[in-house]
This record gives sequence, structure tokens and C-alpha cells, in this order.
Amino acid sequence: MLAFLVQRISQALLVMFVISIIAFAIQDGLGDPLQEMVGMSVSAEEREAIREELGLNDPFLVQYLRFAGNAIQGDLGNSYFYSKPALEVIAEHLPATLELVIGASLIIIFLSVPIGVYAAIRPQAWLSKFFMGVSTVGISIPVFLTAIVLIQLFSIGVTVNWFPADTGWGQWLNDFFTTEGGLPSYGRGDDLVHLFGTWESGLFTSEGLAHLVLPCVSLASIMLPLFIRLIRAEMMEVLQSDYIRYARAKGLSAGRINFLHALKNTMLPVITVGGVQIGIMVAYTILTETVFQWPGLGLMFLEAITRSDIPLIVAYLMVVGLIFVVTNTLVDLIYGLVNPTVKLTGKKA
Amino acid sequence: MTTATVSRWDRFRESFFWYSFKRDKVAIASFLVLLAMVLAAVFAPLLAPADPYDLAQINIMNSELPPVGLDGADPAFPLGTDAQGRDLLSTILYGTRVSLMIGFGAVVLQAALGILFGLLAGYLGGKVDAILMRIADVQLSFSTLMVAIIVGAVFKASFGNLMFGEIAIYMLIFIIGVAEWPQIARTVRASVLAEKKKEYVDAAKVMGFGTPRIMFRHILPNTLSPIFVIATVQIANAIISEAALSFLGLGMPETQPSLGSLIKSGFDYIQSGSWWITLIPGLVLVVLVLVINLLGDWLRDVMNPRLYKG
Repeated sequence: MLAFLVQRISQALLVMFVISIIAFAIQDGLGDPLQEMVGMSVSAEEREAIREELGLNDPFLVQYLRFAGNAIQGDLGNSYFYSKPALEVIAEHLPATLELVIGASLIIIFLSVPIGVYAAIRPQAWLSKFFMGVSTVGISIPVFLTAIVLIQLFSIGVTVNWFPADTGWGQWLNDFFTTEGGLPSYGRGDDLVHLFGTWESGLFTSEGLAHLVLPCVSLASIMLPLFIRLIRAEMMEVLQSDYIRYARAKGLSAGRINFLHALKNTMLPVITVGGVQIGIMVAYTILTETVFQWPGLGLMFLEAITRSDIPLIVAYLMVVGLIFVVTNTLVDLIYGLVNPTVKLTGKKA
Repeated sequence: MTTATVSRWDRFRESFFWYSFKRDKVAIASFLVLLAMVLAAVFAPLLAPADPYDLAQINIMNSELPPVGLDGADPAFPLGTDAQGRDLLSTILYGTRVSLMIGFGAVVLQAALGILFGLLAGYLGGKVDAILMRIADVQLSFSTLMVAIIVGAVFKASFGNLMFGEIAIYMLIFIIGVAEWPQIARTVRASVLAEKKKEYVDAAKVMGFGTPRIMFRHILPNTLSPIFVIATVQIANAIISEAALSFLGLGMPETQPSLGSLIKSGFDYIQSGSWWITLIPGLVLVVLVLVINLLGDWLRDVMNPRLYKG
């Protein structure tokens, strides 16, 4: 176990090292800090003197070591646009993204487990087939398109008059397909509660929660089909195993077998895959936040790109890289703990 | 004449592939829809009523006209017009063309990279394998979309808006191809590991063939069916990735729109009630991706290759 631990952690450090080199190379290649610091009136000799003083003429390696040293101490430079430390800007935007991810994860967990289990227990039922069909279509719909459709339906509203209004059923169908709209589709609202530090939360007011609905549903929609398919596949495999057949032979009730014995072993691989997927959700938050103008990390990153705010781009890469590496390593370690049959030496084939 | 060798066409008609295709309604329907879309995209210049790249044909007075069937529609624009007054049907035809080009181009690139690295990793093993697969693992753990967004962002920041717009097609092919090579490399490696133990490889070694020859002439042909399956699904993924990048403003410019940038440019007008500019291209995108995915599912069932799972 110790060897496994050391191997995983050293690998995580190596990946972080590579990310920091890439991030630094971007900073080195794209940004000229001098242009941001001094005006046009400064002469070439003075510029050269400042360059020398700032150490911009040092070899790549020396500059990288300085960058890495500062980064370890939590200094990733100042954002050009916000004129304050890049990490501070990120800390301000992080809570919005976290709340979005938490909301979406809750939706995914509470929908995918029952649907996946149902589809595994009754694979032939029309409802299972319906869910599987919907999830095939769902995988083909990009997250930003789901978001746009949701905005049209529930924020702007749709009036339907396809059916003859003078008949009772026609009016009923028209009413059925007509949506009210009215749900907010822009930002987080004004009614935020200050928790601690930079965390302004929208989880405690009705306005904040209303703003969360559409973004969370959109973000959940992209992962939900994956999880339903995964849980169904795992559960079907578990239901074939000997210990389940033994439990059946013993005469245990179907509910006990399905939900106590089978579900436990189904969730093990699901949790590990889920851990990795939650990291991947960061990529989708960029898209969701763009559609809803959600003031989180993703939108901040895109704005930093349009503004060529290099230190902020670099800081975002480092922070997101860290989030990915930490989640992946933790998931690996937890999996190693719960499932001791995993190869301790890693992936030597 | 009756003893003549069976033609390729006859062999194809006798094959299991054709047999199972004929019996699968979903596969036939998906194939027909895909064929129609590809043909419409290829012959867009002949089919489209207007040329969306030709500024002289655009009249701003025609902007935001709804599709035929709604109040205020102009029959000259069957699907309505966008905010600049371009005919939406023509723009979608040209946009599908751009999306398909990038999708195919990116998959050709990632297949080239994936086959090369997958063969090297699987056949040579040892350190080469360890290093290549570690890189693939790390890249995959970051999700291909994230890698594509970051690379796209860096390219855009370094080339500037105008320059990036001009070479956007090649940039997108490169970005998506490089971001997604691990998918194919893993599949190829898994098949190579299985093939490498077979007798014909030993025979080729005994005959004294060189490593490259064994890799590309002997093993590669036997790994083609899983590559074929995963490449189909990857085309759908590449088209989605392209649309996502374009939607974020890291892809095709509005003057030469793909489906993704059409959706993006229409999204700005959805609040003013012009839903068709964004939702019609969106529907086309979903249908395109869906039929490719359904064909991919069917191919996987038919060929039943040793796909990498996990």
C-alpha cells in the first residue's frame, strides 16, 4: 500500500511539474510584462535596464525556477485587468463555479442511481427502453445547446397554437406545450449571502436558487446519460454474479438483493469513474457559464483570453490543473483502499 | 464464364456486414440521413439559394426574417435569415460543410497520430509504452475538451483574432486532432498487444522482416476494425468539440461559419425572439451527431472488436 501511495503521489507531482512548465512556457511566449508596466515614452535603454532588473533576460531555466518558487508560495502574478493578485481573482470566482458543480452533481446522483438501477433490473420494460433511448440522444446534444433550449423554454417561454383552439382537446394540448418562462437565465442574481472569505452564496435565498436552476440542469444534462449507462451496465454485470444467485437461492426478497447486495458493489466502480468525471465537469462549466453569463471560473477564463490577461490565464491553468491532479489522485487512492485487488504496482502489463 | 472469380461486389453482398445492415432499420435510416447530409454539404454551392460568403448578396434589410410558416416570413428565405440578413438555409448548408470538413480532418489527424503511437507502444513495449501511455492517461484525465479549449485559447492569444480567423479550419483540425489522439492510440495498443502474440507475427520475425514492416504491413491490417469503429464515434466527438470551441469564440469566425459559430451568433438574438437563428442550426448539429453515433453503435455491434473499455 505504501508503495502504491508513493507511486501515485510522485506521479501527481510529476504531472503538476509538467503543467507548471507548460503554463510558464505560455507566459514566457505570450506575455511581455514590460508592455503592461511602462508607457510608450520609456526609451529602449531604460527598457533594457528594467528588463535586466526584473530578470527577464535570465535563461529560461532560471526564470522558470523563480516562477515555480513563487507559485509554491501562492504568488502567480497580478492580473492585468483586475490589477490584483491572480489567485485572489480566482478565489473570488471559485464559489460560483463550485455551487454550479454541487447543484449539478446532486441532480446527477438523485436521478442517475434510480434510473440506472431500474433499467438494469427491468431491461425489457418500455420505461427502461425509453430512458436508454433518451440517454443516447442526450449524449449527442452539446451542453450549450441544451442550455439554449432550456432558456427558450423556461426563461423566454413558448406560446403554442398548433392545435385548433376551439376544441377542448386542442386548447388543452396548446396549453400543455405552452411554457411560462420567467426563470432567470443571466448571472447569479443580487440576493447573495456572504458566508466566509470570498464565498458569496446563492444557496440560501430563493432568488439565488432560482438563478441556479437552469445552469445546474444544463450542466447535469451532459453527464446524466453517461452515469445512467454506467450504472446500468455495472448493475447488470453484478446481477449475473454468483453471490447474487446465491442470495436468490436463499430466498431473500428482490428488494433486499437489488438494493442492499447488488447496489453496494455497483457503486464502487461508479464512484471512481464519477470522481474523474467531476473533474471533467470543469471543462463543461466553461460552456455552461458562457451561456448563462455565470460569474464563475470558466467565464473568467474566457474573458481573460479575450483580454489577453496572461497572468490570469496561467493562474487558471495552474489551479484547474491542481484540481484535476488532486481529484484523480484521490480517486485512485480511495479505489486502492476500498478494492485491495487493484494492482498495487500500478499499470505494469 | 460461370466459373469466374466472385467479384468484390458479390463478396460484399454475401458478407455478414451487408446482411446485418439490411436487417437493422436504425442503421439504414441513420446511414440514409447521414448520406443526405454529407451530399447536401458537399454540393452546398450548387444547392444553396445564396452564397453566404458573398457580401454583395446580403441585404441587412432582410435580417431576422422568420422561417416560412410564421408571420412576416419571406418565401425567398425558406428557413428565415440571420441577424446579418444571410439566408439561413444556405448558411446552414455551408456550415455543415465546414463542420464535416473539420470533423473528418481532425479524425484523420488523430488516427494518424493514434495509429503511430499505439503501434509503437503496443509492439515495442517497455519504456516507449510506459511513456506514451502515461502521456495518454494524463491527457485523457484532463478531458479532451479541456485540452482543446486550452490549446485553442493559447493559439488565439498568440495569433491574434484576425490571423486566427483566416487559418481557423486548419487550427481546429490540429487542435482537435492533437487533443483526441489518446482515444485511438489506446484502442490500437490494446489490439496490438493481442495480435503480437499470434503465430503469424513470429513467422514474420523468423523470416527476418524488419520491425516497421511487421508493424505496418502485418499487424496494422488486423487492427483495422476497432480503429474503424472508434473513428466513426470520434467524428461525432470532433464535430461536437468543434461546435463547442466555435461557440466559445475559439473556432470559426462568423464570416465563415460552422454550425457551432452559427449557434453562437444566433444565441445573441434569442432574447429578442429570433429563436430560429440558433435553434435550427442546433437541430442540424444534433441530427448529424446522433446519426453518426447510431452508426457507430451499430458498427461496434457488428464488428465486435476488442475495444478498450474503461
